[in-house]
Amino acid sequence: MTNMESTRLAELLGKFEREILNEWTRFESATGALEAEQSHLRRQFLRVLTQALESGSIDKLEGSRWDEMRNLLAEFSRGRARQGFSPAQTATFIFSLKQPLFAMLHRELVLQPKILADEMWVGSVLLDKLGLFTVEIFQESRDQVISRQQQELLELSTPVVKLWQNILALPLIGTLDSARTQVVMENLLQKIIDTGAAIAIIDITGVPTVDTLVAQHLLKTVAAARLMGADCIISGIRPQIAQTIVHLGVDLEDVITKATLADAFMVALERTGNVLPTAARRA
Amino acid sequence: MERIPILRMGDLLLVTIQVDMHDRLAMTLQDDLTARIVQEHARGVLIDISALDIVDSFIGRMLSNTAAMARILDAETIVVGMQPAVAITLVELGLNLTGVKTALNVELGMAMLNKMQRR
Amino acid sequence: MAASSMNSNAALSNANKTLPLRSDDDVVRLRTEVRHRAIEIGLSLVEQTKVVTAASELARNTLRYGGAGEALIEVIQHGAKRGLCMTFIDKGPGIPDVALALTDGYTTGGGLGLGLGGAKRLMDEFDLKTEVGVGTTVVIKKWKRF
Repeated sequence: MTNMESTRLAELLGKFEREILNEWTRFESATGALEAEQSHLRRQFLRVLTQALESGSIDKLEGSRWDEMRNLLAEFSRGRARQGFSPAQTATFIFSLKQPLFAMLHRELVLQPKILADEMWVGSVLLDKLGLFTVEIFQESRDQVISRQQQELLELSTPVVKLWQNILALPLIGTLDSARTQVVMENLLQKIIDTGAAIAIIDITGVPTVDTLVAQHLLKTVAAARLMGADCIISGIRPQIAQTIVHLGVDLEDVITKATLADAFMVALERTGNVLPTAARRA
Repeated sequence: MERIPILRMGDLLLVTIQVDMHDRLAMTLQDDLTARIVQEHARGVLIDISALDIVDSFIGRMLSNTAAMARILDAETIVVGMQPAVAITLVELGLNLTGVKTALNVELGMAMLNKMQRR
Repeated sequence: MAASSMNSNAALSNANKTLPLRSDDDVVRLRTEVRHRAIEIGLSLVEQTKVVTAASELARNTLRYGGAGEALIEVIQHGAKRGLCMTFIDKGPGIPDVALALTDGYTTGGGLGLGLGGAKRLMDEFDLKTEVGVGTTVVIKKWKRF
């Protein structure tokens, strides 16, 4: 591998900044981004690149000499991700610098082919690394956006309802996966504390299937609620789910379970000291 | 030596734990509580842990032991204000705080103590 | 630790810390430090609590069973995933029966009160190396979920 310490890139970039910028502009224009913003970014990128090259070796891009470049690219990449650009479009910003850069190198070093080849190699490797970095950051940002949206969806789709004084209900709807169940259960426990509720009814009528992990999460939630000083009733267990639970060998121990939310509500009322007249109870 | 203050309200003792206790401090609290139960002829102890971010096995055992000793001295112990994150972690840890009654907050805890004492 | 992939979080990882575990106060200091690092890498409140609790259990072991020792806290990276890694080292008697030590039994005392099983359940990764008469090293890791 060529020795990256002795590159003349810093010197040449500084000397031919304007020419490179002009050619780069012509080349990298089909992204649809605002031209003013783009050209400012290009100028900044070249300046930061030149500075970083002047002060350090190219091998270690994790080093502090490349901090400013990494920050610049990270911000750029995250911005692009938020605006909905593809990772390729974002990385192209960097890769498109190769054309004007190599053109300039060729003009300057045409009489020294060996050095020309070395400098082109150094430039290429460097821009590749920087381009890949933007892709990595891009992926990370996208993942964070997705995860945040998932969180918001979760919170919207599982509201905790106050049925009565000291009685909460959490009607779960849809397929439960491990991650979703965990978040939902944490929210329920927080609501219990916030409202001082004695009993929370977790209704799974709207849940088609329950696997071992979900069943365990439910049990852990009941255990946690009890530790805190409240209690839970699980309602809406359909025959199929009851079968699954038995087959999976999950032990519901002393967790109260009821077939319907209404039954669970009756039990909760009695346990919180609310006695209904007989007519209402028979309904 | 620092101590966690124990307040007296009628025949109840109220402790609010607001610092991250090191083990020695927890043991001192346990000793102090037991002594005060006898001293004040207390019938109930309320331990408020709503400010505790962490309850590990040592603190858990301290709470269990305190409740057990209090019961021998004819006093009921209620631990109140356990945070959800703490409860979830204790369940995962496998610690079930045997013999410790809990309530969501001081108000509910006192109501529980009063109901128990009326028997 | 990923040395080959460049990432904008590299600056964070060089804040590795070694804390002594020679007294009760050291255990409290460790809990505080671990809480800060957990918040730093963005763990949720429940995840933070689990991490600090596990650290507390192991720190206490190091102190009481191991005689004294130290803990190393590092922010680690795996691709784009970030995590917290803690290593507890002591030069104590070592653990003769690891299988037994990992069994539960806080209330019954059957797990030798070592809190190892619990700490293992709270974390994503758990590794224990011990040698009788030489000492014990426990490494635990928690990854930040997306």
